[in-house]
Amino acid sequence: MATAMTTTTTTATTPTTSASSVGRGRGGWGSTAVAVLLVSVMLFPVYWMLNVSLQPGGGGAVASPWLPLHPDVSGYAKALRDQGPHLLTSLVVSLGSVVVSLVLATPAAYALAQFRLRFTDAFLLGILVSQMVPGIVVANALYGVYSDLGLLNSLPGLVLADSSAGIPFAVLVLRAFMATVPGEVVEAARVDGAGELRTFWSVVVPMSRNALVTAGLFTFLFTWSDFLFALTLTTTDDVRPVTLGLYQYIGSYVQDWSAVMATAVLASLPAVVLLLVAQKYVAAGATAGALK
Amino acid sequence: MNALETPVGGRTAPAHRPPLRTGRRAQHLGRVLFVAPAALYMLAFYGYPLVKNLVMGFQEYTTRTFFTGEAPWVGLANYEQVMGSPIFGKSLVNTLLFTAGSILGQFTIGLALAVFFRRTFPGAGMLRSLLLLPWLIPLIVSGAVWKWILDQDNGALNRVLRATPLTDARPGWLTSTTLALAAVVMVNIWIGIPFNATILYGGLQDIPDELYEAAALDGATGWRAFRHITWPLLRPVVNVVLVLGVVYTLKVLDIILGLTKGGPANATQTLATQAYQLSFVEFDFGQGAATGNLLIVVSLLFALLYLRLSRQRAEG
Repeated sequence: MATAMTTTTTTATTPTTSASSVGRGRGGWGSTAVAVLLVSVMLFPVYWMLNVSLQPGGGGAVASPWLPLHPDVSGYAKALRDQGPHLLTSLVVSLGSVVVSLVLATPAAYALAQFRLRFTDAFLLGILVSQMVPGIVVANALYGVYSDLGLLNSLPGLVLADSSAGIPFAVLVLRAFMATVPGEVVEAARVDGAGELRTFWSVVVPMSRNALVTAGLFTFLFTWSDFLFALTLTTTDDVRPVTLGLYQYIGSYVQDWSAVMATAVLASLPAVVLLLVAQKYVAAGATAGALK
Repeated sequence: MNALETPVGGRTAPAHRPPLRTGRRAQHLGRVLFVAPAALYMLAFYGYPLVKNLVMGFQEYTTRTFFTGEAPWVGLANYEQVMGSPIFGKSLVNTLLFTAGSILGQFTIGLALAVFFRRTFPGAGMLRSLLLLPWLIPLIVSGAVWKWILDQDNGALNRVLRATPLTDARPGWLTSTTLALAAVVMVNIWIGIPFNATILYGGLQDIPDELYEAAALDGATGWRAFRHITWPLLRPVVNVVLVLGVVYTLKVLDIILGLTKGGPANATQTLATQAYQLSFVEFDFGQGAATGNLLIVVSLLFALLYLRLSRQRAEG
């Protein structure tokens, strides 16, 4: 410890410019220019999606102009006409999945974080194993049960299956946060006569607001992006999310790429909103995802 | 009449045990109830499918099963048919190539970006979060966009290529049996870069600046500082990123179905797409289950290999 402190004091007085190439260097506008270039290359497909979506549609699969100089919303009109109901289905299923995931995951995360339960390790191991299970394996087994229970082509069926991504994630994010809630806070609530449930509901849940938002946002995004369960657990047009609508669009020969790309833009909106509105939550979620 | 005896037994019980213990037991039960719903869900949506797939792998489980309820036992016939088919070898090799290629690309580019973004410069935060976009948009959306970019006749990539003096050819990225797998890997690399960059960036942020400053005094900068400070200290984060990357990449399905549906001529067929194909296109759920189980075996083999390697490294 003493050595480390000495080192720190020494370096504090020594100007260190050479470390910057690997350490936290201080780059200027030159670095910004390089970064803008890198991000532009990475985001070209996103630009292309937007550009093509604004081109006049209906002309078959011709080469799209490089710039949307004459923006045209006919692609969006067609997309909303064809895919409007699917977008609505996606929204309903995603919101449903957020509710189911948070209702199941929040109390579990609290118990796993604050109580010393015998099966805590087993539960966490289960979450770890669940990450290795391919979705197609789950879908393969669920199809039979869903068929027996009449859950194929149903909103509850899709909500439940789609929550399989949100629940383990939410448990991890919420548990990581709730482990930082001091035991004294929980204890104090109990001394004041609050029962287990009251303590949880009126003390721990309000304190965990940020973690709940993070878990909820990501669950929404997971479900909104789901394609596999929609593909396997629905067979008719009754309950069809936009991801599946898009898949059908590109499954056959594409006549109108601007409508396809308009749908793609609409299907990307939640991700964009998430990024703009909730940057800090996204970073928190990405880090928590790594702890999986 | 048993019902009468139970309350009696129940009433006598506290006499043997201190009341505190009964209270604790009730408390424990109450606490278990917090976890029970989530635990039951996990058992139903992960535990049950795992067991059910193992069973289905030994059954003739087809559309008929849904009408008659019969799924005759067939022993190892599903596995024999699946592994005996010429598509299996191709799918297995494709799965390994797809995973290895994706991880290699995502990780190296992600790490390079993470190291670059460690600098502080105007707009760094905003540019860094923009970089997350490919990871956040639905996979099938990325599939649709790239399908148009990689289009042989009018795709943006071939138009750019033809504008350069490099080539006059129009490669059929998604339609040529020799190029399709590479194209799908490229798209998957694009999707995976943000995740790798973000997690590795987080790991880099945790390395104290003082270490670099001290190393610089000893003359270790640039590549040497990376080798002797960054890499060893980043190791745990690198492990997490690689393991998660492999586990997630092995089961990728959306992006391949969106781009090529496993074609042309099975050039991009993997174990995951093959399992889908068998179950939900050919409606042979038994063979689909067998293929899915083999995919899990590949995952487990990797996990074991990884554990073994990391233990060797820790010892040696």
